[in-house]
Amino acid sequence: MATEILMPALSPTMEEGTLAKWLVKEGDTVAAGDILAEIETDKATMEFEAVDEGTMGKILIAAGTEGVKVNTPIAVLLDEGEDASATPAAAAPAAAPAPAVAEAKAEAAPAPAAAKTPAAPKADKSPDWPEGTETKTQTVREALRDAMAEEMRRDDRVYLMGEEVAEYQGAYKISQGLLDEFGAKRVIDTPITEHGFAGIAVGASFGGLRPIVEFMTFNFSMQAIDHIVNSAAKTLYMSGGQMGAPMVFRGPNGAAARVGAQHSQDYAAWYMQIPGLKVVMPYTASDAKGLLKTAIRDPNPVIFLENEILYGRSFDVPVMDDFTVPFGKARIAREGSDVTIVSFGIGMTYALEAAEKLAADGIDAEVIDLRTLRPMDTASILESVRKTNRCVTVEEGWPQGSVGGYISSVIMQEAFDYLDAPVINCTGKDVPMPYAANLEKHALLTSDEVVEAVKKVTYR
Amino acid sequence: MATRKAAAKPNVSAEELLGHYREMLLIRRFEEKAGQLYGMGLIGGFCHLYIGQEAVVVGLEAAAEEGDKRVTSYRDHGHMLACGMDPKGIMAELTGREGGFSKGKGGSMHMFSKEKHFYGGHGIVAAQVPIGAGLAFADKYLGNGRVTFAYFGDGAANQGQVYETYNMAELWDLPVVFVIENNQYAMGTSVKRSTKSKTLWERGAAYGIPGEEVDGMSVLAVKEAGERAVAHCRAGKGPYILEVKTYRYRGHSMSDPAKYRTREEVQKMRDERDPIEQVRQILLTGAHASEEDLKAIDKEIKEIVNEAAEFSKESPEPALQELWTDIYAIEVPQEA
Ligand SMILES: Cc1ncc(C[n+]2csc(CCOP(=O)(O)OP(=O)(O)O)c2C)c(N)n1
Ligand SMILES: [Mg+2]
Repeated sequence: MATEILMPALSPTMEEGTLAKWLVKEGDTVAAGDILAEIETDKATMEFEAVDEGTMGKILIAAGTEGVKVNTPIAVLLDEGEDASATPAAAAPAAAPAPAVAEAKAEAAPAPAAAKTPAAPKADKSPDWPEGTETKTQTVREALRDAMAEEMRRDDRVYLMGEEVAEYQGAYKISQGLLDEFGAKRVIDTPITEHGFAGIAVGASFGGLRPIVEFMTFNFSMQAIDHIVNSAAKTLYMSGGQMGAPMVFRGPNGAAARVGAQHSQDYAAWYMQIPGLKVVMPYTASDAKGLLKTAIRDPNPVIFLENEILYGRSFDVPVMDDFTVPFGKARIAREGSDVTIVSFGIGMTYALEAAEKLAADGIDAEVIDLRTLRPMDTASILESVRKTNRCVTVEEGWPQGSVGGYISSVIMQEAFDYLDAPVINCTGKDVPMPYAANLEKHALLTSDEVVEAVKKVTYR
Repeated sequence: MATRKAAAKPNVSAEELLGHYREMLLIRRFEEKAGQLYGMGLIGGFCHLYIGQEAVVVGLEAAAEEGDKRVTSYRDHGHMLACGMDPKGIMAELTGREGGFSKGKGGSMHMFSKEKHFYGGHGIVAAQVPIGAGLAFADKYLGNGRVTFAYFGDGAANQGQVYETYNMAELWDLPVVFVIENNQYAMGTSVKRSTKSKTLWERGAAYGIPGEEVDGMSVLAVKEAGERAVAHCRAGKGPYILEVKTYRYRGHSMSDPAKYRTREEVQKMRDERDPIEQVRQILLTGAHASEEDLKAIDKEIKEIVNEAAEFSKESPEPALQELWTDIYAIEVPQEA
């Protein structure tokens, strides 16, 4: 039977091309591998080989024709003994459907609307620990150390690696005492080679371990970001679910004090963008502890963003054998009815301070601490906004492509009719962090700016 | 190649030697003053002092010619002083004032001087290594005969980008001297705890880059090795590696518990190998200078440093408007 020869796609992106030249003519005998024609695209000229043997029947597209769509029949190949006169009949019906193929392909692409998140779940407002549980005061630093120690006791696949984590006890003393308790096999000092050791940790996680990678600060995670994004975050997907990277990347994130542009940066929005990563940014010590334990147990790569300034702050932490905080559950840090302030991590300092100041002015703010940015508890945000009808987001990072920008879009799409004012995003200034004390102060977010934003959305 | 000691009778004039003494002393006194200002709260954040390592930059600057370039890490005060940047502008940058080299916006770790061909001041460990090779790439491209000194630490020497750079630098015969300032520690990690390589300079052999180990406590040994390295680069033979064995007396930055080494170790180095004291002895024993001459230099240096400190306190904080400037160039600055 006659076979149609179709216009080939010579690259993944080619949609059409010019049939520059035929190297065979009707009636020629061709063998598989013979060059039939030259096809030109905007990128290159390529030769087009025969796949089957036979005799060239009719040439349907003349040499020199431009804009020939991929998959258009360009010639007919006859089996031995077949008559060229049979050709037109065979070719005619097949010619039409060619464009349809392209249409079908376009339709097959997932429609964004169809892939929408299922109906928003109800906000989970259960307490983090049972009422009446004894608590003790702990710094964030101690809470983080305890979380790692508890998980290392619980699971001997968990190990910690990073710069100065062992003998020096951590550049910020988060791993204090861990080397003593768990030994050099599980608390490992690395050379200053972030890209290398992040990759090694990803490999170790493939190999069955549960690495905790400490970045001395997240600024240095930029050296390793390829392994975080390309190796850790995507492998589960790329392997069709066979293997992933159960691991934690943790360390201080964001501005410290007077350390200048290369050492003061908030990566919340960066990592929050990546499917395959989970992103945590705790504010309190109990969250630091409960979420880090959850992170270490989670079967996915988790970015755990700490903050140097918060390390020394004290909070109540429940005294429990095994206290964990689930991902994707925000905490209502303060109930209120006039405006919703959404923040996370150190941003909570400004949010809570602002709420106090606003209370003095008779504005009753609800403050939500997101705690995890991916998954994000948008249900809690929406529920609150439906009550207060106004929202201000607070974060230390830059404005363009910010966490607040994402929250605003969610509110727009899900609760537009409830809004009485545009959402305002309070962020760090859109500049690299300056060193000079006075400039640094201005570059950073302040609670007064949050107060001002709230007054704007409440029209006071 | 073993560590080269300076030739017994160094080929150096008394005048040059006095110059080295003066420059090293300027760095030492400047750094001591910076430490004091930090203690007074006038300098914030990180502040990495160069005390103990003075002979490295002073020796290499003596091998450099006008127009040669240099780039280094955050431990950069010595490099800036040695290449002739004004101590006032450096100190004022440390205090974050308008009179600083970066108008107060860069701080201790991030300073630059186009005029003196000083390309920073980099806070990310080893980032300056490919940047240094890139400066050399530009010089070769422009055919201007310049050489670049890319300084980095023993800790930085383990970063992958160093080796990517070695490969390309040799492949393209780039005129860059890789100066490994091996002060034996990267924060609290000694070289022994970060690598099993016996030397760092020999790693260049894998890429075909020659190099040598240098006694970094001897300014003359450094200068001599520097001259060899520069000659190699200027002859168009490509990069050269100097592993300069040196020592930092102070902590890594200002808050360093220093539990990773003993006080005796530091004291022994100061007593027996101090680079400034070594030159002082040569000057005195060779009768190239009298105690009085040296005292006069000490006094002069003290004045320069005090002036710098005064300037750094008096210079005003940058105008708030500066927060919003220098984010985008209006005109791309051209290298002369
Ligand atoms: C990529 C990166 N990782 C980690 C750090 C934190 N850090 C700053 S200095 C330093 C030690 C560097 O030691 P070395 O290269 O020997 O230079 P030295 O401080 O001794 O001059 C570390 C780990 C950093 N600034 N950049
Ligand atoms: Mg070092």
